[in-house]
This record gives sequence, C-alpha cells and structure tokens, in this order.
Amino acid sequence: MKPRKTKKPHLVLVGNGMAGIACLEQILRYGDMFDVTIFGDETHVNYSRILLSNVLAGVHGFDDITLNPLEWYRERNISLRLGVRITGIDPVARTVTGDDGAVTSYDKLLIATGSHPFVPPVPGLEKKGVCAWRTLDDTQRLLEWSAPGKHAIVLGGGLLGLEAARGLQVQGCHVTVIHLLDTLMNRQLDSTGGHYVQRKMENIGITVRTKCTVRAIHGKERVESVELNTGKILPADFVVVAAGILPNAELGRMAGLEVKRGIVVNDFLETSNPDIFAVGECVEHRGMTYGLVAPLIEQGKVLAATITGNKGPTYEGSSTATKLKVAGVEVFSAGVIEETEPGLDIVRYEDPGLGIYKKLVLKGGHMVGAILVGDTSESGRYMEWIRSKEDLTAKRRNLLIPEPPKDPGASIAEMSDSEVVCGCMGVTKGTIITAIHDRGICTLSQLKEATRASAGCGSCAGTCTALLAAVAPGFEPDGKQVLCGCVPFPEEQLREMVHTQQIRSVQQVLDIYGNGTGCEKCRPALSYMVDMVWCGEHEEDRSSRFINDRVHANIQKDGTFSVVPRMRGGVTSPAELRRIAEVAEKYNVPLVKVTGSQRLDLLGVKKQDLPGIWADLGMPSGQAYAKGVRMVKTCVGSEFCRFGTQDAINTGVELEKRLENLFTPHKTKLAVVGCPRNCAEATVKDIGLIGQEGSWQVVVGGAAGKSVRKADVLVTVASTEEALESAELFFQYYREHANYLERTYDFVERTGMDKIRRETVYAVPEARAGLLDRLRKAKSASYDAWLEREQPKTATQFVQIQPMEAPEEVSYR
Amino acid sequence: MSWLKVTPAENVPLREGRSVCIGRREIAIFHLPDGFKAIDNRCPHNLGPLCDGITKGTTVVCPLHGWNINLETGKVLKPDVPVGVTTYPVRVSEGIVEIQLPELKEAVA
Repeated sequence: MKPRKTKKPHLVLVGNGMAGIACLEQILRYGDMFDVTIFGDETHVNYSRILLSNVLAGVHGFDDITLNPLEWYRERNISLRLGVRITGIDPVARTVTGDDGAVTSYDKLLIATGSHPFVPPVPGLEKKGVCAWRTLDDTQRLLEWSAPGKHAIVLGGGLLGLEAARGLQVQGCHVTVIHLLDTLMNRQLDSTGGHYVQRKMENIGITVRTKCTVRAIHGKERVESVELNTGKILPADFVVVAAGILPNAELGRMAGLEVKRGIVVNDFLETSNPDIFAVGECVEHRGMTYGLVAPLIEQGKVLAATITGNKGPTYEGSSTATKLKVAGVEVFSAGVIEETEPGLDIVRYEDPGLGIYKKLVLKGGHMVGAILVGDTSESGRYMEWIRSKEDLTAKRRNLLIPEPPKDPGASIAEMSDSEVVCGCMGVTKGTIITAIHDRGICTLSQLKEATRASAGCGSCAGTCTALLAAVAPGFEPDGKQVLCGCVPFPEEQLREMVHTQQIRSVQQVLDIYGNGTGCEKCRPALSYMVDMVWCGEHEEDRSSRFINDRVHANIQKDGTFSVVPRMRGGVTSPAELRRIAEVAEKYNVPLVKVTGSQRLDLLGVKKQDLPGIWADLGMPSGQAYAKGVRMVKTCVGSEFCRFGTQDAINTGVELEKRLENLFTPHKTKLAVVGCPRNCAEATVKDIGLIGQEGSWQVVVGGAAGKSVRKADVLVTVASTEEALESAELFFQYYREHANYLERTYDFVERTGMDKIRRETVYAVPEARAGLLDRLRKAKSASYDAWLEREQPKTATQFVQIQPMEAPEEVSYR
Repeated sequence: MSWLKVTPAENVPLREGRSVCIGRREIAIFHLPDGFKAIDNRCPHNLGPLCDGITKGTTVVCPLHGWNINLETGKVLKPDVPVGVTTYPVRVSEGIVEIQLPELKEAVA
C-alpha cells in the first residue's frame, strides 16, 4: 500500500480524460485540499478527444491537442500513473487495485472512466485491420493504415463515423460509410436533415450506404473485404467501427453502487456511496447519459463544489448541442429536434440547390431546439435562445434572417456577457473579458490556457479571436493565422470550403462563413480565392477588388493612375514606340518612364482618360497594377548575343504569353536569361529560367525587393518545352497553395523546396496533368483587362458622374 | 431645403463609390446595402479619392494609405485622429440619387 506523507485527504481519480481533469481543475480552484493520484489506462497526458477528428484529417498534429502537459501535473504535485487500468475496488477498505497489482487507498474516489466503443457483433471483427475509433492510439493506427487509394469502410453514420470518414478521405482513401438506419446522424438530425448531410458527404466524394449492415468481414489474417446484408461484397483494406459508445460503469458495479446504463448520480454528482463520486460519460443523471463535452464540464463544476465541502450548486441536466467537425459539411443540432410532443411550432427553411436546411423548434414563445445544415453561422444565437428561454414573440418574423452586423466588432458587441462563447467548456463572454483584463491576455493560446475557451472542438476560436482583438490592448494573432476576423478560418480551409460548397462569390463566402460584411483585407483575398478555385468561372464582384483591379491601372499618390502596356520579354517595335509617344502627347501625360521591368510607364493619367489611352495604344495591359503576372524580363540571348547559349527572348515571350492575364496571390515577376551571366537577373525573380549549354535551370522564390533572396533551383531540364512546363507547374502550384499576399520567396520557405518538387516537377503524371489542366482552364477564361474599355463592367466604371442638376439652377427656381 | 438630382441610382454599383463634381465640391456617392451615402471625396490625410476605396459596412477605406472613414458621420475611425470629412444628406427618389448641400440653404435664403 502506498504510504501517505501528509495529512491531507487522498483523492484518487480514475480516468485521465477530459471529464476527470476538467473536474479536477475545478476542485483545485477551491484550494490545495487533497493529495491527488490519477490513474489513466492510456499512456498519454490529457488531450482533447473531440479534436481527434482534426488529427485524422491532418488539421492538427498530435501535440496540438494536448490539454494538460506533464508539467501541469508536476507543478501541482499530482501523482500520475499512466498506462494503469483500475480493475478492482474495495469500498469498505477504501482501496483500488490496478492491473499492475498495486493497491492504492483513497479517502475520496472520483470515477471518470468515460465510455468505450459499442462494437456490433459481426463475424470477422477479430481480423487485423479492424479498429474502433476512440483514442489517440486508435487515431495513430488509422493514420498508419490510410494511404492514397486504400479502401476504408466506416461502420456507423453518426457524428463520429462521419468525422472518421472525412479524415480518412483527406488521407486519400476511398471511403464507404455503412449506416444501419435510413438517415445519417439520426441522434442529432431529423430525416430531412440526415438526407441533406448525406448529399453533402456524397458531394465531397464519400460513398454512403444507409439501411445497410455488414454481415461478415472477410480475409485471411487481414481484412480483405466486407459482405453486406444484401450479399454485395465491397473491397476493404481496413474497417473503422464508429457505431456508438457505452458508459464504462463496471467499477461502479464492483463498488456496489447503483448502476443502470451508467453509474447513477444525484444532482450533486454523488453516488450511492458517500466517498465515491462520478463524472462524465460513465454517469447516468436523471436517466440521461451524455457523450459530449459541454455537459461533462457542467457536471465537473458541481462535483467540485460537492467534494470540497461547498455542497450547494446542483446539476439539472444539460441541453446538448453538437457540431459536426467536417469542413464543408456544416451541421449544428441542439435540444428538441422532432415533433415529440403536441404544441410545438416548427419553422423550416430549405434550399436544396445550396444544400441549406434549417429547422427551429418553438414551444410557447421560446426556442427549444434547432437543426442547421449547410449554414451554421447563426448557431451561437440559437443556442443562446434555447439556453436563456428568451421570449421570441417580437422576433418571430425574423428568426431565420440574421441582422447583418454593421461592422466586424458589432456582432461581438451585441452578445450579452452571459452568452456562452465556448459551448464545449462552458465559457461565457463575460468570463473571457474578465480574464483578458485581469491577466493581460494578448493571444488566443494564453486565453485558452487561462479560461479553456476554444480548447474543445475549437469552432469558437474565431469568436474568441474577435473578442481578443476588440478587448485586449496588446492583441497578437496566433501562429495559425486565420484570413481575417471577418472570416476566421485559415485560408487553406477556406479554399477547401469554397470548393466543396461550390461557392462562387465573395459575398457568399462572407454570408456563410463570415460576418457578411468583410473588409479591405479579406474581400480582395476572397476575390482571388473564388477566381483561382473556379479557374475564372466565378462571379466577379468588383466592389471586393482594390481600385487598381477595378480600373486596371495603378493608383498614384494624387489619385491619378499609371499605364504600363505589355511588352512581352521587353521587346518592342518602332511602331509601338511611336504610338506611345503620340499618346503621351495627346493626353498630356506628365511623366514617361522606363521601368525596372523592361517596359514603359505613362504616369499621371486621369481615370476617365484610361479607356481612350488604351484604345490609342492598341497594346494589351501589362498588369503592372495587379497581384498577377507582371512581366518576363529577358536578356538578348542566343539570337544576337555573342555569349548566348539559349534563345532567351523567344522563350521569355512564349512564357509571358502562357501566363499573362492570370492573377496570383501576390505579384509575380519572371525572367529568362540565355546564359549563366544572368543579365536579366533571373536568380532574383519569382520564377527564372537560366539557359546553359544544352539545358535550362528553372529557379523559383527569388526576390530583389525589400529583402534580397537568391532563388532556389526547382529542376534542371534539357528542352525549352520542359523548362516552360516546369515553370507552369510551379506557377499553378503557387496559385493554389500560397496565402493571399504571400510572395513566392515566403511561400517556398514556408513550404520547403522538397515538398514543392515532390508535388510539382516530380509529382505523379496525373497530379502534374491536373495542375496544367487547371492552369489552362484558368488561362482560357482570362482576358486582356484593357478590353473592358469596349465593354465596361458598369456604365460608370471609368467615367465621372455628371450631375443631373447644378446647384445654381436649383437656387434660382 | 431642396434636394439636388445627381444621377440614376444604377450608376453607382452596390458597395462601390463614384465621384461627382457639384459646383466647387467633389463628392463621393456610395451605394451601401442599407442605402446611399455622400461624403467629400477627399481623405483628410493626403486628399486620397475616397470614391475609389473598398467599403466595409458603413466604413470606407481610403485607397492610398488605408485610413478608415465612417460614411454616415464623416468621422475618421483609423487612425485615431480628431478630424472628419463633410457628409451630406442623400436619398433616392424615383430611382434618382438626390443630395442636399448646405450652400443651397444659403442661396435660397
């Protein structure tokens, strides 16, 4: 038996998961009252189990989801016993026995053993390649098994099953979800909602079979196929069981506690034994068991009061809310979702084309439940209405129509202090603001550490960041950058959502995932994104473009514009030069300058003169104003130069023709030189082609601006065509993967040249063809912007409005 | 007080601005989701053309150096400086944007 050194009562916590540790954190708030020993049968410190789906989907690494690092335990003198499962309990002697044989005495025992996966009885489940999904180790195993092209079968189309399916699909697997009932997520959704979700899952490429069971799993030692109840055989490399969970109540039974589905507790979280308490998924309270985080946190707070002698607060059950963590398949469900009793009013909204389904359940004047599929932007408001039982009579006509927030801070300002921001951890806006002020918190990670807000599923991280930005004087955005407070998602995730949700306009992105308004930072970024994702087949919204991209000229310090016609490869002709000279005189252009890009700039042009100048020039736009392809600078090359080994001019002109008029995350400058003397400075360009005897070197990520960076070698190839294609591959890869306003030199450092080579020039033929196809598609949808002089986007795109009445006339009337 | 007819509403695209010279004033007319706004077309910082800025809600961002100006009050929101821009009452009547100028009052009186 373990000797006790101090006189403090000994608290033994069985279970090192989210519920037990959250409860312990609450207990510690009452002071250092116990010696604490924790037993955990997993070998990991406490981590966020609900984020395992993000680990599977590659959004988070294993380390990212740790909630309490080892130091946390050490600093609090907690004796932590990992990898030990408690198998025996003696309530009379007040001891527990571990599977390592050690016996530990307790004064107070806290059971937080959680639950275990329900595994339906199917022959063949013992084969290698079958895994229930519950723990970090399970997740690691699934990541090892999954690889592009593998066939994965997921048993169960509930929350867990769908998140598993998406994660495995992201890893490249062909995934089939097999669900017993006829609609997905039937615990959280009605049948209509389930059908919407099914369509969305199918849209992102996951096969769904409902009203279906597995009769047997076949294979010698490893899984090879599964046989369905219909007799159909599906190929399978591995099988994931996600068919539900059952409470781990066995210890309660051994201790002689009252146990039904779970260990029965009263409103104080007491069991039938005064020294034993239980919390989390293993308990049953008023006939309910819970499998979500928020109720466990609420229980923990009450239990902490009870066990520390501050008995008083009661737990009265939780109204549960769930969100599906599958990017592109937004689902929210809370409270009553079916017409289970008379007197309920159902408000419905459906748009099958957009895949949006909303159902609000009202009783009397207040809301008791909600389902949202496809658009969960209002979920916080509905949850608050359900929780507060606010009388909605006056708002009845506008329940489904959100008031668009007037500015990015307004939706934050409109929240009441009691409104729950983090549903998982039960943290209110008031708590967050107090913590920010009292502890001088500046970053999201500090806020997470101090309040636990956003430590659960993380879906409130955007709101937390917005609160920080609004309240914290020294606000610093965290490492994992979101695009903007208006659309608080990383750009990578937004690109995927724009793609899977078939969103083609900036306003739609902002309406569905953002604050509906946007700002000067995110609107241009989203403009680029919808254009790039849809290869030019997007809905162009000029109000979201910077003025340069509205009128295709670069605004100057006095509000005039500059005009730079395209001179491919820096090659011009006497006729072009003559026209430029004539235009400069005709329009009294104040300054004509040779640029650093081997072309000519006409500076100081009035907006209304732009179309006329372009027409008189008869040359295409040089895109000198755009986050797009600027120029391909060239040296003289083998055509005239004594030292030239490759035809730099013609190769440069060809490269410019292939890429011109396309937009990029930031400006892109290119150069082609005919020999390593590098006269056109290709080694400090975003993309450079360097000719040498018998081959071309393709270099990327160079810079000669605010910082100077020598470009990295992407590849060396024999033919000019190969060199051009390598440049195109990198160009499109940069378009698809860089964040907005990220130059190639930052992009290559962030991504790494190894990875870039692997996914461009050394990629499998299909991947290379995919990049080139998308580039060609975008190119064919692009056009010379200066042709808008003939077909302006709007009647007043370039012309100044002439007033219909003059003030003098009016005054004499 | 009289209203001056400026231009058909469709000449100012949603969420964009256009400039118009009325007398000696150059005014930017904006078309926001909740209506039209009118403000002097000069940023108090370096006289940038506000009509060319991106709007966010009822704020316009000057295209030159990113000053934020409220289109309803004319107040500079970013940076924190105690200056403002003149705004004008504006309305749409029978599809025509109309504006009220302070000079008019004086002229009529």
